[in-house]
Amino acid sequence: MSIKIITEKCVGCKLCVKTCPFGAIEVVDKKAVINLDKCTLCGACIESCKFDAIVLTKLSPTDIQFPKKLDEHKDIWVFCEQKKGIVQSVAYELLGRGRELADMLGVDLCGILLGENIKEEAHKVIHRGADKVYAVDSSALRHYQDEPYSKVLIQLIKEFKPEIVLCGATSIGRSLISRVAIGVHAGLTADCTGLDIDKKERLLLQTRPAFGGNIMATIICPNHRPQMSTVRHKVMKEAAEDKHRKGKIIERSYGGDIYSSRTRLLDVVEEIEETVNLTEANVIVSGGRGMQSPENFKLIEDLAKALGGAVGASRAAVDSGWKTYSHQVGQTGKTVCPKIYIACGISGQIQHLVGMQSSEIIVAINKDPHAPIFSVATYGIVGDLFEVVPELTRRFKEVLKR
Amino acid sequence: MNIIVCIKQVPDTTNVRIDPETNTLVRSGVQSIVNPFDMYAIEEAVRLKEKFGGAVTVITMGPPQAEDALREAISLGADEAVLISDRAFAGSDTWATSYTLSRAILKIGKFDVVICGKQAIDGDTAQVGPGIAAFLDIPQITFVKKIEDVKDSSMRAERMTEEGYDIIEAPLPCLITVVKEINEPRLPSLKGKMRAKKIEIKKLEAKDLDADPDLLGLKGSPTKVVKIFTPPPRKGGQILEGEAKDISAKLVELLKGEICL
Amino acid sequence: MDYLLTEEQIMIRDLARQIAQEKVKPVAARYDAEGIFPWDIIKIMAASDLCGIYIEEKYGGTGGGTMDLVLATEELSKACGGISLAFAATALGTFPIILFGTEEQKQKYLPDIAKGKKLAAFALTEAGAGSDAGAISTTAEKKGDYYVLNGTKQWITNGGEAEVYTVVASTNRSKGARGAAAFILEKGMKGFEFGKKEDKMGIRASATRELVFTDCKVPKENLLAKEGMGFIVAMKTFDQSRPGVAAQAVGIAQGALDLTVAYMKERKQFGKSISSFQGLQFMLADMATEIEASRALVYACARMLDSGNTKVSKDSAMAKLFASDVAMRVTTDCVQLFGGYGYMRDYPIEKYMRDAKITQIYEGTNQVQRGIIANQLIKESAAA
Repeated sequence: MSIKIITEKCVGCKLCVKTCPFGAIEVVDKKAVINLDKCTLCGACIESCKFDAIVLTKLSPTDIQFPKKLDEHKDIWVFCEQKKGIVQSVAYELLGRGRELADMLGVDLCGILLGENIKEEAHKVIHRGADKVYAVDSSALRHYQDEPYSKVLIQLIKEFKPEIVLCGATSIGRSLISRVAIGVHAGLTADCTGLDIDKKERLLLQTRPAFGGNIMATIICPNHRPQMSTVRHKVMKEAAEDKHRKGKIIERSYGGDIYSSRTRLLDVVEEIEETVNLTEANVIVSGGRGMQSPENFKLIEDLAKALGGAVGASRAAVDSGWKTYSHQVGQTGKTVCPKIYIACGISGQIQHLVGMQSSEIIVAINKDPHAPIFSVATYGIVGDLFEVVPELTRRFKEVLKR
Repeated sequence: MNIIVCIKQVPDTTNVRIDPETNTLVRSGVQSIVNPFDMYAIEEAVRLKEKFGGAVTVITMGPPQAEDALREAISLGADEAVLISDRAFAGSDTWATSYTLSRAILKIGKFDVVICGKQAIDGDTAQVGPGIAAFLDIPQITFVKKIEDVKDSSMRAERMTEEGYDIIEAPLPCLITVVKEINEPRLPSLKGKMRAKKIEIKKLEAKDLDADPDLLGLKGSPTKVVKIFTPPPRKGGQILEGEAKDISAKLVELLKGEICL
Repeated sequence: MDYLLTEEQIMIRDLARQIAQEKVKPVAARYDAEGIFPWDIIKIMAASDLCGIYIEEKYGGTGGGTMDLVLATEELSKACGGISLAFAATALGTFPIILFGTEEQKQKYLPDIAKGKKLAAFALTEAGAGSDAGAISTTAEKKGDYYVLNGTKQWITNGGEAEVYTVVASTNRSKGARGAAAFILEKGMKGFEFGKKEDKMGIRASATRELVFTDCKVPKENLLAKEGMGFIVAMKTFDQSRPGVAAQAVGIAQGALDLTVAYMKERKQFGKSISSFQGLQFMLADMATEIEASRALVYACARMLDSGNTKVSKDSAMAKLFASDVAMRVTTDCVQLFGGYGYMRDYPIEKYMRDAKITQIYEGTNQVQRGIIANQLIKESAAA
């Protein structure tokens, strides 16, 4: 793959220069020049060029001769992460999408389950759509550890040759799969938000965000198998449960030192974390003019506390003196990017939006159905915040046991 | 202790924005910085050196301007710096990057621990740390939020999980990736800055590494990017209507899974 | 404006700026409100090798001079004039040792100050001796191998926090100004106590206390220079330190202006940002110009001192006078430009005005400075 400027088409407008994330383009004598030392072939400039003057000679799948052995790889695998012997819901989400992908390719969907006494759970994996489950049961696999799990998974992959392996992008998943990908010389794409199949080429199309989510990239792994992806929790929908569904459970066990681990797990500690710093917070609950008075901000604080989050405020609230400037979110306050941003009584003027619109999930509670905030809210609640917010606090406290 | 820190120079993605008119990434005015997670890695390495003696070597794979990142690391207390740079590395995905860095580390010599930041904020994959560990065939501890103790031949650390943390003991040499909770990076010192200005950065090219050229750069990358596009601008989602009790119940259901990590 | 700084000066300035932005700014309001002494900031500055930038390398410093001190003080003061004072006032307390100390005294005291392990303070002022410094009544009586100090010093910056104190006391009251001497005292010496911490209008993160000497025995080795040299030590010290105070004033003014311009761009009245109103723009232009002028005076003075020129009294007096008057004018106007918000303690600008005031008063009131300048002018004219 390489990139070049079609000089006849280039007008030297410099749009590509501004767009290049790596500063690899210069305009010399009114024509764009790409510095191949800096260029990473990401293709962002191609998108930006209004004159179609930049071409990436793409790796068209038809150009690739698949080495024969790639054809030996079949089936879609989902690594089913378990904690304390229970399969985690992220696996069910992957099985959901995995089933659709398997059907597109006409292959089996297989769950991979490592642990101790996990046969019962293996059945659950079948109920969620798997045709087979490869189960490896050993006391050495009770708790996750990098080396035993990666060695077992590598062994399974080498033995049964899947074409696609999906895994949750959890703290376990990310550590495990990165190591496994090296061991089986596979391409790995992390944090995919979209998975699709190019049926003609039998390729997995993996879409993921980059540059802090500012751009999206679609990635393929044409010459290596398996094609591996991790997907974050809650990105895909869980597979429905069908308790009557039948499938095969294939148990494997290994000898030798496959279960050995140079690291030792000494203890597992559970604790709850509090985040209060606004710019670092994962959850922010913000109040605006709709709070009506400084005393009412207690509702915001209570909800934030229940969620382990920080308290934000719109400029209206700060200008009214209900919260100090350090809580202000927006163009003249702080820019935040939490996982969840709950805007209460905030109308959503552009100056506020600019400070929080890259939050993953935006919840807006406002009694005005035409408030601009609803145009960016993932979940919009048209209602009375004085009723809804305390309800939310009560329920979250219950559910999260805070 | 001989400590190697892998760092990356990245664009400051917190300041990267989409131009609403052209719907493309706008890079002008965006600075190159040391990947924020790597700052924590550098700090932890320097603290280990201060506590146990030894030296910190900071390395990076990148274009020539990545030297600035190395010099910044020196100003923060690293002792030596190595720039791994060659056109042959261009277009590397995480597999090829992990391979290249592991070859460079083997070239640099004996080490007790390799420290990496959890992930780079441009790629956001968190794959290279474990990838290097796999290539070097050494044990790893990822997402380290605290190093509890280091002895002659082992390290005990707290590995952050969704529920809390695991306490793991690994023999040396090992590789760890660190999260922001691990420390508070120091500011550079004047003497450090002066040293950073003068120090000679060692350079490694493809020919200096005992590497299989087919496994480097774009050629050696199993994954290929076929398309880059900007995500559609944020649209409104669903409106929940009804009694306060019902909508809150519904919202809690929708959100409860998101509240942990 | 390009100040033609050397590479090392740029490093110092950038480091101080980074500390000011990342470490001082987040705590400035709280330390001011609660009167917290910034030991944590001193620790950070020490770790960055900034505490010794005006001290020779052989005593553990980085071998710079007044210009470096000025650059660092200015940057820190942009974030907080009170916090920067812990550093700047230490320099004031250290200069007597640098200028007049014996090798032994320098070896004993400078390294710890350079490493930020100890702070210093200078003590001249008394209840009855402010501008009339010659009227000091703290006495130092020679008794064998000691001088015994009795008396009280007032309004000493870093009082109670510093370890090292350079104190001017009278050894012979009948000789008036020629009967004083300077001594180095250490916290913890018997008979050396501190009064209560003063409750100040501004620079509240700085600690100001009385020093009370009751038959305090000071070893004769701690005498600086000679008996009778006390006021020479003080005057030479002030010549050296005035650019530091001036730099503090420049920093306060600049910090206030920066906040104000940013605010004015956001604040909308009558359908536009108030930064688009010409009357207000003129105010900004005047403030910026005056700050730049005061900076030029301060830098020129600092460079002069570093070149070894000791005839600096008039120039350093001008720098201190002008910079502090500008700081007061600028911060007052900045509060004005913030409108009602300027008066509210929730907003950061009123602190700058409170902080600026002291720069016109201490280290020689601006009236005393004018006197110095005028006297010098007249002397020079007589010589011509």
